[in-house]
Amino acid sequence: SSVAQISFPHLEAFVRGGTLSSSMRRSSAASKKKSDSITSSTTDLFRSGPSKATSKEMDRIDHLFNQYANTSSNLIDPEGIEELCSNLEVPHTDIRILMLAWKMKAEKQGYFTQEEWRRGLKALRADTLSKLKKALPELEKEVRRQSNFADFYAYAFRYCLTEEKQKSIDIETICQLLDIVMGSTFRAQVDYFVEYLKIQNDYKVINMDQWMGFYRFCNEISFPEMTEYNPELAWPLVLDSFVEWISEKQA
Amino acid sequence: MDHGDGSVVLLERHSVQAAREGLITDAKDSPPSLLLSSQKMYRETIIDFEQGCKCLEAGVSELKRILEEETTSETLIDPKQYLELYTTIYNMCIQKHPHDYSQRLYNKYRDIVEHYAKKTVLPSIQQKHDEYLLRELSRRWGHYKVFVKWLSHFFNYLERFFISQRNQPPLLEVAMKSFRDRVYLEVQVSAKDVVIALIHKEREGEQIDRELLKNVLDVFVQSGMGTIERYKEDLEMFLLEETESYYARKASSWIQECSCPEYMIKSEESLKKEKERVTHYLHSSTESKLVEIVQDILLVSVEKHLLEKEHSGCSALLRDDKIDDLSRMYMLYHPIPKGLEPVADAFRVHVTREGNALIKQAQDAAANGSFVEAQLLVGKIIDLHEKYMVYVMGCFKNHAFFHKALKEAFEVFCNKKVGGSYGPELLANFCDSLFKKSGNDKLSDEAMEATIDNVIKLLDYISDKDIFAEFYRKKLARRLLFDHHKVNKEHETSMITKLKRQQGGQYTSKMEGMVTDMQLAKEFQKGFKGSLTKKPGGIDLAVTVLTTIHWPSYKKSTDLNLPREMVQCVEAFNSYYQSITTARKLSWIYSLGTCHVIGSFDPKPIELVLSTYQAVVLCLFNDTERLTCQEIIEQLNLSHEDLVRVLISLSCAKYRILNKEPASKSIATTDVFEFNSKFTDTMRRIKVSIPPPSMEEREKVVEDVDRDRRYAIDACIVRIMKSRKVLPHQQLVAQCAEQLSRMFKPDIKMIKKRIEDLMARDYLERDAEDHHIFKYVA
Repeated sequence: SSVAQISFPHLEAFVRGGTLSSSMRRSSAASKKKSDSITSSTTDLFRSGPSKATSKEMDRIDHLFNQYANTSSNLIDPEGIEELCSNLEVPHTDIRILMLAWKMKAEKQGYFTQEEWRRGLKALRADTLSKLKKALPELEKEVRRQSNFADFYAYAFRYCLTEEKQKSIDIETICQLLDIVMGSTFRAQVDYFVEYLKIQNDYKVINMDQWMGFYRFCNEISFPEMTEYNPELAWPLVLDSFVEWISEKQA
Repeated sequence: MDHGDGSVVLLERHSVQAAREGLITDAKDSPPSLLLSSQKMYRETIIDFEQGCKCLEAGVSELKRILEEETTSETLIDPKQYLELYTTIYNMCIQKHPHDYSQRLYNKYRDIVEHYAKKTVLPSIQQKHDEYLLRELSRRWGHYKVFVKWLSHFFNYLERFFISQRNQPPLLEVAMKSFRDRVYLEVQVSAKDVVIALIHKEREGEQIDRELLKNVLDVFVQSGMGTIERYKEDLEMFLLEETESYYARKASSWIQECSCPEYMIKSEESLKKEKERVTHYLHSSTESKLVEIVQDILLVSVEKHLLEKEHSGCSALLRDDKIDDLSRMYMLYHPIPKGLEPVADAFRVHVTREGNALIKQAQDAAANGSFVEAQLLVGKIIDLHEKYMVYVMGCFKNHAFFHKALKEAFEVFCNKKVGGSYGPELLANFCDSLFKKSGNDKLSDEAMEATIDNVIKLLDYISDKDIFAEFYRKKLARRLLFDHHKVNKEHETSMITKLKRQQGGQYTSKMEGMVTDMQLAKEFQKGFKGSLTKKPGGIDLAVTVLTTIHWPSYKKSTDLNLPREMVQCVEAFNSYYQSITTARKLSWIYSLGTCHVIGSFDPKPIELVLSTYQAVVLCLFNDTERLTCQEIIEQLNLSHEDLVRVLISLSCAKYRILNKEPASKSIATTDVFEFNSKFTDTMRRIKVSIPPPSMEEREKVVEDVDRDRRYAIDACIVRIMKSRKVLPHQQLVAQCAEQLSRMFKPDIKMIKKRIEDLMARDYLERDAEDHHIFKYVA
């Protein structure tokens, strides 16, 4: 199976969770969803909304939700997300899906609750699949704005914390996440850092502070000269070692 | 009145003084008495100006003539003539307008001195050259002073009344100004050149007339009219310039020709001579400037060259114990700002080199497998320290720079590694053998105390004091537990007290606890003995109860299967202990035990002094003939590693109490052992020593110290942040390193790592704006 190579964190969690039953259930769940979505939209007709337009919009958003949601859990689960991706014609490893999660403020990796779905899609003014598809480039622009990106970057880390009280993320996941989040803007830094993380033996996991440190490093330090880098400052030690490693490599 | 009489009386020398005194008294006291008669005279005649001047000029020319004659005997104006002159001037001053000639007389005075300076003094000086010029200047200056003094007597009344009322410059000032303008300014350049030439001659060793120079220089000083500006600008400046070039020439030739001690003697001599010069004829304000120039040229500018002279520089002097020369070096450079630093640095370099040589010697020996040098090293370093401390206290007068230099030098080589051992470990080993020796009374108490003091001093140079403490504690534990009969308690206590004084109570609290434990254990043993009705298992049991936190961590070994007799002992003690206290838990450490066992060998019984492990193994053979290694492990529940050591000591080492099959030097689990009943020895009692667990100890110490350091750094960071709340990273690291340096030299990376760890544990967080600033999370 190709599951092991899938490099998207949503699915990582899915694989880690090892929900064998859910994947077996796949076909039956998909058929169940359809019937469910019809019932929920009919009941909604009798609901009194604040205004007709907004309630209509919300109806359509919910309708879309129900198309992908698992009826038993009332969540869009990893399979639902995979289906959504293919309908949006976006690879599930695409950064835009993570951006969508950020916009929804999705808390649990690989799952969207109805509340999160409504929050995200309402903000994007997308109540149909095609509108959502069209909203994605706008969303990417929004996230890439300097003021939002740091928040998004931090969100990406938190989003990968799947366990209770988990504070750090294993190196392999970090490398994949870096590639997705920073790969297009700081290609060289990401490549070097990923290479370094894979050969070093001092760190098995990366914590939030180190994660944010790398973000500052990319933004503040010219690369590959790194003349501004001062190891006497409070850079995380892993970056000190990283810079040392590059310098040795360059020499 | 008879104005025409110009007769002068030459008095005998012996009466001059009296006459002069009389004259002065006259000058002071006579006016009131004269007043009556002159008032009377005034009524009779008016003296007109021309007439008065005539009288005055007669007196002045008389004065000039006397000065010119310059007889050896003192000369004096005839008192009668003096009185007449005084009276005339007095009268001319007090006559009513328009016959009050005060102003005109004042002008007349000026004319007289001007004329004398210009027409008499100056030409006579200008005729002369070289030293004669100075002589003439000196002579004429003397004349001029006498001339002015006499005039001041004549014009005494004018001075006292007219000048003070009109606020005119005093007569003396007028006279001095004339001399300055008419004479001094004309001749000072030539005079200065001659003065400097003479000083040069003197510097070159010739005799010169110092009195003459003193007089001439007085002219320069006096011509400043109350300030020494003229002296400074017209003479001193040139003199200093000349001095500078003179000594620059000297310095460049001496530094080539002389050895360092010779050079210093010459410099010392030069400085002394220049100071003498000032006391003999120069103005006192010149001294500091001259000295500074000489120091600067002779000492400062060549300092590096001088100190580094190959066969006689600082290093050579230290090598050859040239105490006098080194003292001289200190005395010469001490008064110079920044003068001593290079000397101290040369000292530091020399001591470092000596120390490194010792280390090298020991390292080379260790590389060749000899550790004797390493053992002797600390003693040698102590000797080195004593030797150079004598220099610091003696030649270098206890100066802080040299203390610092010594400290820096020792810090370099005291922390080097020799044959895999750190400096602190070597020092702890040294103490160990020292204290073991002390039990044999090889050293007197005084010598012992002195050595302890030296060790404490060396410890000051050790950066990882915590490592020393850990090794020291391990060694101390062994001494207390195994060599207690050899240990001199007073020496041990003295060492701990001194350590405590230098490093603080926390440093020694565990060591003190260990010593106290041993004392308490003795009493406890008494109590235990007293409580027994019979020997448990027929064994004399002595137990030492130790407080876990004071002692190095030992492997607890409660799971060892002891022989029945020993089990009875343990149970007996356990029950006694529980009767005393229930709050504490006992864990037995058999690995530290000692057993005395009688071996009933065929030739003769021998008392064996064994470790508990060894004894337990031997006891198995009471019941069984032959056992394999594996069987022993199973029966005793002893670790393989420990058992191998025990079996080696019993079967392959000095004493072969067990026979081994096959008879090889190593132990395999299938090897078979059997009691060697034929074993014997010349002694009635033998100690079967057991090899220590290889390198383990050192690694354990490093590991323990590392763990303690992590705690120490964490505590330090939290302490700092708790009081500072917000602090930039670099300051935090610096403060932390500073606070910890008393105990060890923390690695900056380690501090950084601890900071990150504390952040992960939510003690600290980064500032939202500047991520190089930390905030304390309360």
